[in-house]
Order: sequence, then C-alpha cells, then structure tokens
Amino acid sequence: MSRFIVGRALQSLLSLFVVSLVVFYAARLTGDPTVLMLSEMATKEDAARLRAHLGLDKPITTQYALFLKRAAQGDLGESTRYRRPVTDVLAARFPASLELGSVAIVISILIALPIGVYSAVHRGTALDFAGRLFAVLGQSLPLFWLGLILILIFAVWFGWVPAAGRGGPANFILPAVTMGWATTPAIMRLTRSAMLEVLESEYIKLARIKGLPEWRVVWKHALKNALLPVITFSVLLFAEMIAGAIVTETVFAWPGVGQLLISSVNTRDFPMVQATVLLLASLFVLGNLAVDVLYAWLNPKIRYGR
Amino acid sequence: MSLVDSAVLLDVRQLEASFLTAGGLVKPVDGVSFTVRRGETLGLVGESGSGKTITCLSILRLLPKASAAIMGGRIVFEGQDLLRKSEAEMRAVRGARISMILQDSLTSLNPAFAVGAQVAEAIALHQGLRGSTLRTHVIDALRRVRIPDPETHLDDYPHALSGGMRQRVAGAIALACNPSLLIADEPTTALDVTVQAQYLQLLKDVQRESGMSMLFVTHDFGVVARMCDRVAVMYAGRIVESAPTRKIFDHPRHPYTRALLDCLPAIDGPAQELTGIEGQPPDLARLPAGCRFAPRCPLAVDACRVYPAEALLAAEHRVSCWRASELSRPTSVAAADPMGAPE
Amino acid sequence: MSDLAIAAKAPPATLHRRRLGLVPWLPAFLLLSLCAVGVFAPLIAPYPPLQGSLGDKLLPPAWLAGGSWAHPLGTDLLGRDIVSRIFFGARTSLGVAAIAVLVSGTIGTTIGLISGYFGGALDAFLMRLTDVALSLPLILVAIVLVAALGTSFANVVLVIVLLLWPRYARQIRGETLALRERDFVALARIANCSHFRIMWRHILPNVVPTLLVLVTLQAGYVVLLESTLSFLGAGIPPSTPAWGLMISEGRTVIETAWWVVVWPGLAIVALVLSGNLLGDWLRDRLDPTLRRSR
Repeated sequence: MSRFIVGRALQSLLSLFVVSLVVFYAARLTGDPTVLMLSEMATKEDAARLRAHLGLDKPITTQYALFLKRAAQGDLGESTRYRRPVTDVLAARFPASLELGSVAIVISILIALPIGVYSAVHRGTALDFAGRLFAVLGQSLPLFWLGLILILIFAVWFGWVPAAGRGGPANFILPAVTMGWATTPAIMRLTRSAMLEVLESEYIKLARIKGLPEWRVVWKHALKNALLPVITFSVLLFAEMIAGAIVTETVFAWPGVGQLLISSVNTRDFPMVQATVLLLASLFVLGNLAVDVLYAWLNPKIRYGR
Repeated sequence: MSLVDSAVLLDVRQLEASFLTAGGLVKPVDGVSFTVRRGETLGLVGESGSGKTITCLSILRLLPKASAAIMGGRIVFEGQDLLRKSEAEMRAVRGARISMILQDSLTSLNPAFAVGAQVAEAIALHQGLRGSTLRTHVIDALRRVRIPDPETHLDDYPHALSGGMRQRVAGAIALACNPSLLIADEPTTALDVTVQAQYLQLLKDVQRESGMSMLFVTHDFGVVARMCDRVAVMYAGRIVESAPTRKIFDHPRHPYTRALLDCLPAIDGPAQELTGIEGQPPDLARLPAGCRFAPRCPLAVDACRVYPAEALLAAEHRVSCWRASELSRPTSVAAADPMGAPE
Repeated sequence: MSDLAIAAKAPPATLHRRRLGLVPWLPAFLLLSLCAVGVFAPLIAPYPPLQGSLGDKLLPPAWLAGGSWAHPLGTDLLGRDIVSRIFFGARTSLGVAAIAVLVSGTIGTTIGLISGYFGGALDAFLMRLTDVALSLPLILVAIVLVAALGTSFANVVLVIVLLLWPRYARQIRGETLALRERDFVALARIANCSHFRIMWRHILPNVVPTLLVLVTLQAGYVVLLESTLSFLGAGIPPSTPAWGLMISEGRTVIETAWWVVVWPGLAIVALVLSGNLLGDWLRDRLDPTLRRSR
C-alpha cells in the first residue's frame, strides 16, 4: 500500500506543478497591474520603475523560476493590493473557508447518504422516485442562483436568517446548505446506485439467511461495501466543492479564499491570484490523494496486499 | 404423515411460489411436497431453472418481497407452520434452527469483513455471547469445519483464502448455532474435485455427530449417491419422482429421472456415446397443460396431456407419470454402481 | 405477518423502476422549444436585448401592481425587457454549449480513438496528458484563463473546450479498446483496410451511442459552467445578454426586484434539467453498461 501512496503523491505534485505554470502565465496575460496601481498622472518612468520593482520587466521564464525559488522558501510574494505578504492575507482568510467547507460537507453527507440508502432499499416506490427527482433537479440548478433564491425566501421574505456575511450560527445556515448543494445530489445518486448493486449480492442474501434484522443487513453489511465506489467517485466532487466554495462565498459575501480569488482577479493582483489558485489547487490535489488513500485503506484487497 | 410425527423434521406440502417477471406471473414452485426426517439427508435434484433454489429460499421465507410471494401450501418445521410465523419469529429461526450454505463462497462471504467477524456475528446474534467467550466459540466453530490453526485465520479476509477454505468458513457460519436443518445449495459445485470429496465428508461427519438433517440441492448424481438417503427429482416447478437413493439409481420410474441417469457415462463397460436430453427446459410463462416433461419425453402419449397424478409405487417411492410402472428395467448406472452405497 | 397473509392481499405489484410516460417527451419538447427560442430570438423577441430606458427601470411582472403587459416578466436595472433578454440569453447559452460540446467532442473522440486504437507509447502519452488535464480543478483554471484572455464569447468557448475534451477522450478510448478486440475489426484488418478506414467506418459508428449520451449530459453541464462564469464576471461580457450576467446584475436589487434574478434562473434550470433528463433516458436506453452515476 505504501507504494500506491507514493505513486499517487508524485502524481499530485506533477498536477500542482502544471497548475502553477498555467496560473503563472495566465495571470501575466491579464494585463499590467501597474495601470491600476498608479494614478492617471503617473509618468512612463514611474510606471517603468514600479514594474522593475515588481520584477515584471524580466523575461517570463526567469520570473517563473524566481517564483518557484521563493515559493520553496515559503515566500509567495506580496499582494499588490493589500501591500502585505500574500501568505498573511491567505492565512487570515483561510479559516473562514475551512469553517464553511466543513459544515457544508457534513450537511451534505447527512442529507445525501440516508436519502440514497432509503431510495435504494425502497426502490420503485414513490419515495424513491421523489428522491431521484430531487437529485436530478439538484444537479440542474446553478449554485449561485440557489443561494440567491434561498436569500430571497429566508432572509428577505421571512427574515429568519441574515442575508450575508460571516458571523454566528445563523449566518452559517444558508451558505452551508448552498455549498453543500454542490455535492448533495451527486452523493445521493452515487449512494443509491452503489447500494442497489450491493443489495443484489450473494453475501447480502447470506446475511439475511443468518437471521440478521433488515436494518443491520442494510446499514452494516450493505453500506460498508457500497461506500467503496461512492468514495472513489467522490474524487470528481472535489472540483465541484471548490467551485461551490468560490460561488457561495461570492454570493454570501463570506470572507474566505474563494471570494478572495474573484476580487484578486478583478483587481489584477497577480501574486494574490497565483497564491490563491495554488492554495485551492493544492487542497484539491490533497483532497484527491486523501480519498485515494482512504479507499485503499477501506478496501481489504489493497490494504492487505495480494 | 400427521402433523405431529416427531421423526419428521420438515414437512413441505403443496408449496407454491410466484414471481412477477417481465414475461408475466410465473410459478417456479408449483405444488411441491416433500419431507425430511430427523437425521436424514434429502437430495433435491434437477436442472437449473427447475425451482430448487427458490424452494430453499421459500422455506426460509427469503423471496424478494418486491417481486415474489408464496402463494400457497404449508411448511411445517418442528411441528410449526413457518408460513404463519411473523418476520421476527422467522429471524429467530434463520441461522439458528435452519441454516443454509450457498453455492459460491467468494460471493457469499462479505468481502468487507474478516472471516472471524462474520462467524462471530452469527454466534453473537443467536446466542448472545460477547468478548472472549465469543472468540472461543468462533475458534471452535472454525475448528469443527477442520480449518487448521483457526486462531491465525480470524482476521483474514475472504479474498485471501482458497475456495475450499472459504466454503468451510461458510459451513462454520451455517453450523455455528447447531441448526436442526442445514440446506446446502450446490455447495461443492464451485470447488475443485479434490476438495469436493473432503468437504462432503466433513458435512457427513458433522451430521453424524449432531444428528442434524440436510436438504441437499445438487445436479450431480455422484454427490447424491454419496450424501443422500432419499432423493426428490424436480422438473419445472414440480417434484416428478421421490424415493430412497438406492431405488432411484436402481429403478428410476420417471422418464426424466431415467434420462438424467442415462446422461451419466458408466465407468465400467464399453465406451458409449454421451447422451443428453433433447429439447430445452420449458419457459415457465408458457407451460403445457399436462405433464411438463411431455414435450421432451420419449414415452409421451395422449394421456400425458393431463397432469399425471402421483402414484405411490413402493414404500416411499412416489412418481408422477402415467407410464411409471412400465419403466421397470434397471438402468446402466445401477449395474455399474460407481459411487458406492450411501450410508 | 405471514407470507400467506400478505399473498392473500395481492400478488406482487411493482417491478423495478416505474417508467414515467413523461420522459423523454416532456424534456425533449422543452429542450427543442428553448432551442427554437434561441435560434429565432431576433424574430420573436418583443424588444432588442440591449434597448431600455431608465424611465422603465425595474418594472415588476405584468400581474403585479405597477407592471404592464408591455413587459410581461418585468424589466431590469436599465429598463431592458426581461423576456427579450431571456430569449437572447438562450441564444448565448445554447451557442456556447453547442459549439463547446461539438468541438471538444470532436477533439476528444479523435484523441480517444487514436489512443485506444494504436495503443502503446502513443496511448500512454496521450493518457498522461488527459490525466493531467482531468486532474485540474475545472472552474479554477477557467476563471483564471478567461480573466487572462479577456471576457468574450469566443474565449469562454475556448476555455471550456480546453477543459472538456479529456472527458470524451477517456470514455471513447475505453470503448475503442474494447471494440478493437472484436471480430469485425479483425476481419477488416485481414481485408487490408487502412487504419483510418477501420477507425472511421468500423469503430466510430459503434461509439456513437456513448457519444450521444455524453454529449447530451455535457451540454447541461456546459450551460451551468458558462452561467457560473458569467455570474462571477469571468464569462460573457456585459455587451451580450447572458443568463448568468442577468442574475449577477439582479443581485443588488434582489430585495426590491426579485424578478430580475428569478426568471433567468428558471430558464437555466429548464434548459439544464431537460438536458439531464434526456441524457439519463438516453443512457438507460442506449447503453445499460454505462449506467454509472455522475
């Protein structure tokens, strides 16, 4: 199993490398930040000096090499907008995203898993149909619109919760539900189809032959085997989660990393964009790696070799 | 047989089970009756699709609820009609009083749990044991099925064991609570020939020690000869002939039984052409009105358009064929007697 | 309850999934209607999409107080008619989806076919490429790229194509690998057909069902992606009507003018939902082995 992990880790590193390259070059293409930083009265010499100061006058490959070198030492540059080291800004913003993300995932699993299991066990009934409709509908909704509709109904019309911003528990509800929505329908469908397959197995028949009560057959014997393919396919969901984070934070003005990305792009803050993308991409890559490791651990065939 | 005959452990009467399929309502089990006495082994023989497995599942009332139901009959086990029990009562019966071994142990053992845990679950469920007592019982159960060094295999996963070992584990699970009736659904079909003999011997030894009965489903007459005291032959949802094993081999009275036995090549004697049975098993959705074997039967006559009543030919020898008494000559198998007499 | 008692009530009634009579006709109809709306927008829209007078701004839908049937669904911040903008938005979204899916489908299928058919080092290389492309978080790269290249219809399509083709390549390659071993391919090779001919005439027609399913399912996904990018400001520029943009603009006035946000969103849902339902139905019909949840 360790060989497996090492292989995956190397692959992850390669992905990160590619992302950083793409972002670096792309960010440079977005335009000249000096234009936004200086006032209209600035002279060409001033602009040139600023550019030199920011290192923008060197050839692009040199810039990238420099960036890598500094990054290895933990220095990701200084935000042109905030005039502070990028790592400081990220560190300040990261907890907010982490909070929201964790709550969102938990809510998502708590809703999706039982519905998926129930749907599979009661296949063909009206409840199953409702569950599946719910999932398809869910996958057809744009996340940002869902967030806005939730704000409209629960914050504006009913006034039960605040409309935006980070704060106490009430502030978490709408954003967490919205962000969780990125993954809920997919997990529900995955669980349902995995359970359906597992429930046809001979070992489930044997579990019943043993005399086990049905709930144990479903929740212990069936689910443990069904989780394996669900987890495998969830790697596809990490991209959705990151997209969900970006969109949700923007809609609810949640001061996290996702919202930081959008605002940095708009203000042409290169170093910030780079660092933010790198952070999100690393999370993505690490998340995938973690899921792969978890899968390997859960699957006795890989864990115990042979 | 009266309801309270204590020598009879299982008395199935006119069992009917229906399935809803894409082709309509079919009855894979259509009026099946047989008995199993204490301590004896009844063989249930037939081609695939004859209804053997569904009969077994019906006894345990494990037909898929969404698409199947038992439509009629009685299943009297230890004096009580299982069809009248509640689901909770059935759960107490399953695994404890009646147990089952399935055909392919690779798919019948849960791949996500260790072997020891799966055996322990059966014991804990019905005997309420915990902790080290439970562990001792698990090791004993594994030892009983002759798994060497059982302590070392407790944490093994099914995929790590050989086919023979896995089937023994399945046996351990089934025997853990000392059931009165063991249903074995082709337990050796997926095993290597060399392992088969050992496994069958194991089952026989356990039976002798514990006095349990067995309902042995198989399509292999060699296994029948070895294991079974009595045999019931099934075709298209009905039992066409039942008799003590010796009688079935020596004097099969139903054309289908004959044909099955004729398919077996004789070990002694001159080399012959292998024969099969002409035709295909019938489509359960479109059964003929009379005898179901008639379309393939070399002896079919007009009378066969009415389903033959069951005739009791000799002690315990029942046949459903109008021409049963005509088939009195012994078969080639009886002459050769390759497998040895059943105990 | 005993089995007999249950059986006495009624024989087993349900069998697997109940097939709704509505699918596929309702989603197909909806999808076609939306396509028609998009195609004929210039002819059927009551107003040009960019025309509006500030005097008419934020008019509510016709059935509410203050609304009028001149603007059935209301107007936005700049007094532009929402119905017309939705029609033209359909044009945009469908345009992006159609082009992106077609182009990435073509590229992906070609690469998949070549990779699966020839195998060996070429396959290994192409699949590495695909793996790397697939391992990138789509939306992240899309945002950065569109921001870099500038917001425009063409750039959005370009970025989506760049990020989408690996999905096709993967799937088609798998199918090709399996088909390559089949007898009819061996026969074709014995008949001395060129590789290209085999791929074109023998393998390609057999991957069409898979392709069809993929295309239908991806179309919905592309519409969601494009509207999300537009909403975030990294998609279609404001000069072109787009549903995501409309919603983004409506954000600021959501408390007083909910209609600016609600109608475009419903349009997106209608389009994507019908695409998804149709795609699911196609998948179930054409290739049961493909039955894997997204």
